Amino acid sequence: MNPDMILIRFGEYTIKGKNRGMFEKRMLQHVKRAVHSYKNVQVQHTYGRIYLELNGEPYGEIAERLKDIFGISSFSPIMRTVSDLEEIRRTAVEVMRSLPKPPATFKVVVKRVDKKFPHDTQELNHLVGGHVLRAFPELKVNVREPEVELRIEIQPEGTYVFSDIVPAAGGYPYGTNGKAVLLLSGGIDSPVAGYLAMRQGLELEAVHFHSYPFTSEKAKEKVIDLVRRLSHYSGVAIKLHLVSFTEIQTALAQSGHDSLIITLMRRSMLRIAQQIAEKTDALGIVSGDSLGQVASQTLGSMNVIGRTTDLPLLRPLLTMDKNEIIRIARQIDTFDTSILPYEDCCTLFVPRSPSTNPKLALVEQCEEAITNLQEMIAEAVATTEVMRISPEKPVVAQTAGEDHWF
Amino acid sequence: MYYFDHAASTPPHEDVIRTMAEVMAKHYANPSSLHRSGHEAGHLLERARAVIGAAFGVTEPKEWLFTSGGTESNNLAIIGAARAYSKRGKHIITTAIEHPSVYDTCLALEREGFHITILPVNEQGVVSVEALEQALTDETILVSIMHVNNETGAIQSIRRIGELLKQRRTTVFHVDGVQSVGKVPIDLQSSGIDLFSASAHKVNGPRGVGLLYIRDGIMLEPLYHGGSQERGQRPGTENVAGIVAAAKAFRLALESQAERAERMYALRERLLACIAEIPELVLNGSTNHAGIAAPNIVNFSYPGMKPEVIVHMLEKHKISASTKSACSSKSDDPSRVLLAMGASRERAASGIRISFGDEHGAAELEWLCRMLRMVVQKLKPLERKE
Repeated sequence: MNPDMILIRFGEYTIKGKNRGMFEKRMLQHVKRAVHSYKNVQVQHTYGRIYLELNGEPYGEIAERLKDIFGISSFSPIMRTVSDLEEIRRTAVEVMRSLPKPPATFKVVVKRVDKKFPHDTQELNHLVGGHVLRAFPELKVNVREPEVELRIEIQPEGTYVFSDIVPAAGGYPYGTNGKAVLLLSGGIDSPVAGYLAMRQGLELEAVHFHSYPFTSEKAKEKVIDLVRRLSHYSGVAIKLHLVSFTEIQTALAQSGHDSLIITLMRRSMLRIAQQIAEKTDALGIVSGDSLGQVASQTLGSMNVIGRTTDLPLLRPLLTMDKNEIIRIARQIDTFDTSILPYEDCCTLFVPRSPSTNPKLALVEQCEEAITNLQEMIAEAVATTEVMRISPEKPVVAQTAGEDHWF
Repeated sequence: MYYFDHAASTPPHEDVIRTMAEVMAKHYANPSSLHRSGHEAGHLLERARAVIGAAFGVTEPKEWLFTSGGTESNNLAIIGAARAYSKRGKHIITTAIEHPSVYDTCLALEREGFHITILPVNEQGVVSVEALEQALTDETILVSIMHVNNETGAIQSIRRIGELLKQRRTTVFHVDGVQSVGKVPIDLQSSGIDLFSASAHKVNGPRGVGLLYIRDGIMLEPLYHGGSQERGQRPGTENVAGIVAAAKAFRLALESQAERAERMYALRERLLACIAEIPELVLNGSTNHAGIAAPNIVNFSYPGMKPEVIVHMLEKHKISASTKSACSSKSDDPSRVLLAMGASRERAASGIRISFGDEHGAAELEWLCRMLRMVVQKLKPLERKE
């Protein structure tokens, strides 16, 4: 069965009185962009809901797209029929049959908006429910906790029948809660942090630090691939700032405080990120820190590192278990890319025993000893390479060699 | 020259040759090397993989492995899956008409302690789905069934078999698709195929490149050791030029499959009519078309006549044909495939295979039919009467 329509329900933001209009407008833009290539789809916006008239376009493919749009809490495939008892019964059976998994229990919920329809709600409950029960001998009615609610809405223009409720990404439409920069290392955590931040409505620009020639071109390609994946969820291009960290990193590595090098690096990275944020009007810095996971993510380290910026440091994974992070990474399809074994600058020069509780005074002393640190940071910001990455941006493997070879 | 032996190997497409030569000249670096030339070679491999992934419909590039050919793909699929899943069970099912790279591989596994069930086929060379259903046990870890038979062109009910096996999560389904790519439609998803072998030189591609589709989640124990190439499942420096050229050949073959099938079914129809007019010749396989017989292969026997004689006589008239499959055509034994279809020993030892290519049209077919009539007429007095 290919449904006639899709009903899209919005997420939590619908309760926000004044901004609601802005949220809904943004939501509508994202939905329209997602179904843009399906020429026959018509998008209708009513208060608090969006309807898609499919006009024969494939439900399955469109549903896959809707699932990934932030701000949609759920959606339902809908069959439309004429307001005639026999047609409604037939459609009800068809809708039940098309459920992904046959339910054990159900109930019928009738909403009769068109009062001219000859049967009232009670009667219809029995007339349709009984018919469905005869069609599915295994099925039982459970009014309190049904597995499936078969909904029938009788409207003046026709009757809508649906039951399947497909959960979607939830959250807020992309970009409705301000803008931040994302520290993107290329590991498992930072793309997940970016995804969760975007789901909460944050617009992101990604910042990646590389230490060529200590890190490879492949590490850069990997980060581009991750941003491309994230841009699938934003629906629009994401900017990637590629910062050359080689000079700073080698200077820090020679400062003679091996156990503090990670702390020192992270502080310089934050300073650079802050300056990029200021240039791009971003009001926060998102990182993949998860409390206690590595030496730089202990509370002691976070205290010393975090002091370098005045911007809010957003850590969506702070209290999350590693397995949970991996589960999300797999779900959003960044995991396989993240685990590619290319050295990034966070794994470079890692001391044998990094400090888990660095002393702020000592760290500041080290930084003062590197006299040109501020200049190097300014230089790193000035020489940052910026790329715009969208889902359509071809991966390297799509442009390799000559087109006529393939 | 009338080359009617495309099921054995095909003339490479001119674009394939050009691609191969250009890539060979320019991208000789080892894809595992760290320098830019190495990266570029590696990117070519990934682009080739992406082209293959898209050409075969909804598959992921990472599900495709490059090998040295159909034989290696079949060996890796069967031995690799058998060893990876031997803890679940030791029962493997295959058929009596498989290519030796499947059949003999299964027999080799039997010597290692696996139990092999060999399913029979009917007169048309088709395995019964019911027979397979009955042969399945809780111990069955692998079912290997070819898509199109290389000697007769018989198409197996891969889709129905796949639907049956889909319900069993513990059985891996391998399909040898070497003869089917570009000739009959392939739907890896709806046919529930876990492993699928293909070979580039059967589709106007270079020799020495094969494909193995490994559905995401299926594990194989590698046959070779010594490197992390092809994700460790097939170590060895990659044949970059061959792989890029193969990707092109596969794409071209798959894109034009429907058109090719239609064109070749017409040729097949013509050849079947011609064979029917020569009473000495008997068709091996079905006269029906769609769903049972591939468009490009016709197999017939001249019982009582050594097939080599016919092949040699046709050759005098610029026609290349095959006895049995090219891989085993040098022995005098009857064809295992034709015997399995119930042919007498005499008939099974005298099979001739004609297989078409894209260069063939009505004119080539007319020449072939004329020469067949002529050869049979000349040989008639020499028939060996039992």
